[in-house]
Amino acid sequence: MSPVTTSRPRRRLVNLSNFPLFRGTSIAVLVGMYLPLLLVVFYSFNQNRLAQIWTGFSFKWYDFVFHNDDILRALKNSLIVAVVATILSTLLALGAALGMLRMARSGRVFAWGLLGAPLLIPEIVLAVGTLGFFLTIKVPLGHVALILAHTAFCIPFALLPIRARLAGLDAAPFEAATDLGANEWQILRRITLPLLAPGILAGALLAFAISLDDFITSFFIAGPGATTLPVYIFGMIRSNVTPAVNALSTLLLIFSATMLLAVYLLNRIRRSD
Amino acid sequence: MTDAHLDIRQVTKTFPTPEGGVVVALDRVDLAIAEGEFFVMLGPSGCGKTSLLRCIAGLEYPDSGEILLDGSRIDDIPAYARPVNTVFQSYALFPHMSVAQNVAFGLEMERLPKNEIKSRVAAALEQVKLTGLDRRKPTQLSGGQQQRVALARALAKQPKVLLLDEPLSALDLKLRRGMQVELKRLQRETGITFVFVTHDQEEAMTMGDRIAVFNEGKIVQVGSPQEIYRRPVNGFVADFIGETNLIKVTVGSGGFIFPGGGVLARELLAEDCEVPAAGECLLAVRPEDFELVDTDAAVVGEVVDVIFTGGLIRLHVRAGDQEIVAALPSHGAVVPAVGDQTRLRPITKAARTVGS
Ligand SMILES: Nc1ncnc2c1ncn2[C@@H]1O[C@H](COP(=O)(O)OP(=O)(O)OP(=O)(O)O)[C@@H](O)[C@H]1O
Ligand SMILES: [Mg+2]
Repeated sequence: MSPVTTSRPRRRLVNLSNFPLFRGTSIAVLVGMYLPLLLVVFYSFNQNRLAQIWTGFSFKWYDFVFHNDDILRALKNSLIVAVVATILSTLLALGAALGMLRMARSGRVFAWGLLGAPLLIPEIVLAVGTLGFFLTIKVPLGHVALILAHTAFCIPFALLPIRARLAGLDAAPFEAATDLGANEWQILRRITLPLLAPGILAGALLAFAISLDDFITSFFIAGPGATTLPVYIFGMIRSNVTPAVNALSTLLLIFSATMLLAVYLLNRIRRSD
Repeated sequence: MTDAHLDIRQVTKTFPTPEGGVVVALDRVDLAIAEGEFFVMLGPSGCGKTSLLRCIAGLEYPDSGEILLDGSRIDDIPAYARPVNTVFQSYALFPHMSVAQNVAFGLEMERLPKNEIKSRVAAALEQVKLTGLDRRKPTQLSGGQQQRVALARALAKQPKVLLLDEPLSALDLKLRRGMQVELKRLQRETGITFVFVTHDQEEAMTMGDRIAVFNEGKIVQVGSPQEIYRRPVNGFVADFIGETNLIKVTVGSGGFIFPGGGVLARELLAEDCEVPAAGECLLAVRPEDFELVDTDAAVVGEVVDVIFTGGLIRLHVRAGDQEIVAALPSHGAVVPAVGDQTRLRPITKAARTVGS
């Protein structure tokens, strides 16, 4: 926030930009990452029914999306599932992280491993397993099943930033709080949670994004009444590809960009006061 | 000192090492600290000072022994319930709270009424001269200011005993001197018992009403700065407190035979120290306690170094197999040069025998 920015001389062991192919590779990667997104946005304004043939500018696909009951229902399902799963998974991840502080070292390592492993397991395996599990214990497919499944696979993601934040915390403020007369409950409320807050927020956002984005598990678990937006979009593409898909995707893009911006601004406000 | 205010009895604390052994941080420590005293715990790094402080605060529990405050045991009650507060070496401020919130925290834990908290916070901040900074965050303060917040936070609780763990070690020399004076003033004004840890002997001497010297988990000596400086119980204390020549001498019939052959008459020794009948012993002599003499010299040897330090001139003299340092006033008439033979003797009652 300071008006004067002084440029510090940077010393690097290796200056990557000196490598001959570095610049070209970087540009290629960026184009590969962002050109598809730009195309989606571009074609969402296409007047033509056929998505890939540009004939003129139009908002009609946005109009279509906003007035299509199926899309709106899928969006509602997605949001309900994402919000509830985010809250549940973040709380559980927080509880797990705090609980593990009290475990012996070996137990803690084991518990971290157990909770982190699903990040590396192919989602299709988890999805098949979850479906089988729900059928076995007779959980009807639908909203509740979706929320349970999403909560489960969001926990490792919510845990990541909370755990990172926790590991970076110094013991000193906690000892100072004890010394000043705070009991465990007061320390949790006044010291631990505020200090963990950025990690909790990041964990929740990650969980929310992962849940909103999920296709494989939702596809297996949703059942007829609880179709989520990604599952619905998949269906749209299979039946007839219209620019409506592009419009919907663009809206989702705007939504995530707004969320990112909000987090960024929130962090800046937090830091400056 | 009849009734001790803070009474530490036979406190032992050990820590397991990763290799499976144990470190004895405190070894049957006994200490009685009086009410309103500025008590300093001094010792080299790793001697157990912090461990004792943490046992008193309740952040660590002793393996055995008792800690009593005003006659009742506190070593078995949790830290948050003890009427004792700590100023941590790293300050340990709450990074997410403003200065005023930091200071108010301890009072809020006591559930004091809001207006009382407000006035006590203001008073504490005034005591440490931080008025006007109450809305800053710790990261927006200098090291010295953070130090003051830590102090105000503990003082606001009006503890019976204030524990300070090397609170000044992170400050530069000038700031440090200023804070030493201020801490003394605060202690006088509040009347709170201060237990102050340092490994800086000069700081210990300037600040302490009494000093306990620690070594390897044990208390070696307790006394006023003068006592400890003038009558160290052993070579460790003599060496640790101020500068001392520890000279290996032989006890002879005429007195103490110094390395290099000089002799110090027995009558010139300090009165209250034990002298072995025969054999070797260690004599402790402060550099400033030597004088140049013409006859009856104890130290006879060649000057190997002359260092001018302002008010004093330091002579390094090689006597036999030992190098002895003498600090003489620089306004004295003749100053020997490097290579000269010189004769020195401890002034009357300045040399002491010490255990090793
Ligand atoms: N939590 C711990 N685990 C293991 N060993 C410890 C622990 N705390 C202290 N020790 C050991 O106990 C001994 C005393 O440590 P302590 O911190 O009390 O020393 P100190 O006198 O405060 O030293 P310093 O002046 O360096 O702060 C040291 O050998 C130290 O390594
Ligand atoms: Mg220490």
